[in-house]
Amino acid sequence: MNRRNFLRNTGFVAAGSLFVPAFMKPLEAMALDELSLYKNLVVVQLSGGNDGLNTVIPFGNDIYYQKRKSIAIKPEEVIKLNDMQGLNPNMAALQEIYDQGWMTIINDVGYPNPDRSHFRSMDIWQTGSDSNQFLSTGWIGRYLDSNCQTCKFPYTAIEVDDSLSLAMKGQTKKGIALKDPAALFRNTNDPFFKAMLQNDKEHLDEDNLGYLYKTMIETSSSANYIQNTSKIYQSKSTYPTSGFANQLKTVSKFISSGLKTRVYYVSLSGFDTHVNQIGQQGNLLKQYSEGMAAFLKDLKSNNKLEDTLVVTFSEFGRRVEQNASNGTDHGTANNMFVFGGKLKKQGIFNAAPNLSDLDTGDLKYQLDFRQVYGTILDKWLDVNNADILNKKFNTLDFI
Amino acid sequence: MSAKDNFLKVKHLYNRAGFGVSYTDLQKLSKKNLDKVVDNLLKDSQKNDPINLVNDYESKRQLLVQAGLYSKKDLSDEEKKMRQQIVREQNEVSRDLNIAFITKMINTDAPLREKMTLFWHGHFACRSNNPFFAQQLNNIQRTNALGSFKALLVEVSKSPAMLQYLNNQQNRKGKPNENFARELMELFTLGRGNYTEQDIKESARSFTGWMYDKDGSFIFRQNLHDAGTKTFFGKIGNFEGENIIDIILEKPETSQFIARKVYKFFVNDNPNETHIKELATHFYNSKYDIASMMKKMFTSDWFYSPENVGTKIKSPTEFLVGLSREFYVTYNKPQVLIQLQSSLGQYLFNPPNVAGWPGGQSWIDSSSLMLRMRIPSLVLNDGEIDFSGKADPEDEAVIALSRTATTNANANTKPKSYVNANADWPKFLDTLPKGLTPLALTEFLLQPKLNAKITSMVSDNKGLRSTAVEITSMPEYQLC
Repeated sequence: MNRRNFLRNTGFVAAGSLFVPAFMKPLEAMALDELSLYKNLVVVQLSGGNDGLNTVIPFGNDIYYQKRKSIAIKPEEVIKLNDMQGLNPNMAALQEIYDQGWMTIINDVGYPNPDRSHFRSMDIWQTGSDSNQFLSTGWIGRYLDSNCQTCKFPYTAIEVDDSLSLAMKGQTKKGIALKDPAALFRNTNDPFFKAMLQNDKEHLDEDNLGYLYKTMIETSSSANYIQNTSKIYQSKSTYPTSGFANQLKTVSKFISSGLKTRVYYVSLSGFDTHVNQIGQQGNLLKQYSEGMAAFLKDLKSNNKLEDTLVVTFSEFGRRVEQNASNGTDHGTANNMFVFGGKLKKQGIFNAAPNLSDLDTGDLKYQLDFRQVYGTILDKWLDVNNADILNKKFNTLDFI
Repeated sequence: MSAKDNFLKVKHLYNRAGFGVSYTDLQKLSKKNLDKVVDNLLKDSQKNDPINLVNDYESKRQLLVQAGLYSKKDLSDEEKKMRQQIVREQNEVSRDLNIAFITKMINTDAPLREKMTLFWHGHFACRSNNPFFAQQLNNIQRTNALGSFKALLVEVSKSPAMLQYLNNQQNRKGKPNENFARELMELFTLGRGNYTEQDIKESARSFTGWMYDKDGSFIFRQNLHDAGTKTFFGKIGNFEGENIIDIILEKPETSQFIARKVYKFFVNDNPNETHIKELATHFYNSKYDIASMMKKMFTSDWFYSPENVGTKIKSPTEFLVGLSREFYVTYNKPQVLIQLQSSLGQYLFNPPNVAGWPGGQSWIDSSSLMLRMRIPSLVLNDGEIDFSGKADPEDEAVIALSRTATTNANANTKPKSYVNANADWPKFLDTLPKGLTPLALTEFLLQPKLNAKITSMVSDNKGLRSTAVEITSMPEYQLC
């Protein structure tokens, strides 16, 4: 952060504490209204390109069965949501969630000139770019940069992982990645690390060394804050035993212990099912659904579900027609899921995919993914989406 | 100029132009005039030693088998197995290639050539599943690293890796694919804002028919080439690909774009327009002679001015290679180098996109910095790795295949793993002069100027070995 920015950043401090920069105030001293209406966003990334058509199955459409002779889910196995679409049987855990009105399915989300490379398309989804544009900051990172009221702390965005995704990196601010708050706390409280931070004032300059020290200080204070706030909390809920459920359990612990974090990021990988898809995808969808159901119920029991919005995406869907190896190849538009206790439109948000009007074998997108991001930014994170997405996207009314 | 002054300048030169320098070499070199040292550096890097890991014959055979399998609609079980086997082998060889490149940087005696290869590796950023293509492109970048930019650009543009990555293989007469033409101008030569959409359309037509054949060699397919008249930057003609490249190089914007990138890579993240202009003009007037531009830069006074010394954040590669070189580290399980690259955000041969790695402060976030500060003790003291990093998106298919119905995806319980590396301490200590104090060692290992805090931290130190581990774990060691 350069000094001019820094001064501007402190300009929004409420009257009454005019000369105290916000970052110097202890959290306890923050006005209650700064902390009320505290809403969390949880982003769940399914890596590898989840096959949306075998996730939310268009069992009411014959074309689905014609194109997927050996991998279609039989109508009698589908968990029917209406007379056209239903869930994969491995997602049974989500039926209750759906019935409670905590889930919205958005069909056919994509972007113009879709890219079929995992890496590139993930890049596009994480940065919120056009398909011929290369951005080096992520959409959540730019939200952190945007100077929002609650973005002053580095733990505003936490990724439960070993390393930080591009989505979480802004120009001047970045989220923090941690798998285990206790381990990070141990590392930042290591005597050597602490010694490095002593009398560091001379380093707090605008140059690269200053940036390194600033990152260390923020990491250390975040680690202390996260550990001290969350260590007392014990979840009473049981989660399935999977890495994914563990990530969600950590997020729930953070949310329920009252951490002032606005965005959480978790991911589940392995969805690139070119070969023998049924078993592999089924296993992953089961993990996903059971983890999500436990997480949402846990939040509900802690009265946090109404303050939480969960959104799930994958970098692309798959082709409508299956391949010769009982799998599917890279496609384009895909469904997204939104969960929360305060959804405006529950259930299925828009029309099921049109399987008879394809773009060289691929679904045409109905909604741009940045409309979904834009809606979340405008209505949930309270920033103007044009400031983050570089142009204004029309919002949707799922929240 | 004082001897100490020259010592620091040579150290700076070798940190930026290479991957560091041993104390013994530094002492020898510092006795020479700086211009001589630069000449020496260039002379050492005349040696071109390509990577010959991927066997030409075997890859061509695989390509042919693969092409045959992909053109078939229904594969027999045996053919499916064969295809999977090829993919598995290619992934394995790709990992070996990655290790070969980083190991070469660690061991090279042509440091400027390898540093420059790393620069072009990020400039002409490319991903290829085919390790033979990837090796070929890497060798093109190495062979031409210090030669003519035009020769480099033409060879890169004709390489199967790039033709495939930027879809020129699909660029045909009547059905142009503009991907390559766009990136050629936006990212490889002119930079944004220096061309029009019309220039892209017209030049894409000129590159129609630039393809590679079944056994992975460049071929110009006349029958797929659009031989019609094109208008490119106001010039009208029957342009083919190489004419387009010539016209692009006639524009001084190309020399400015490359000079700026070179400056940001070798000198400072914050561009100094005067210095960049000096470099660009020199580069243009030398007809795009890369070595000549590099010499101009390394012999400019501003290259050694305080704002340019010890102020750049090392890339993960510079950090890992520099550390391994300094302490003569051998990796008993070199795979760990890939894990480290990936966790630190620079997985070689796998740039985030065609724009390459953004660099500078974007290398650093809380987790990558914490890891960087722990790596020296992991590598030099064979510590336990308690991180796993993220899966590369291109590995998703392998991940999907490797999961059976009973395995627990993303399971938390992993066996303990160790870096399993050996630093050659006796060799390192042998390079140091007798009686070197911990403070003097600190001064040698760090590029930023020492401050009171560090001076006091190491002043009570007894051993050089423990001092070295301590110093390389400091945030100051992240800078070069």
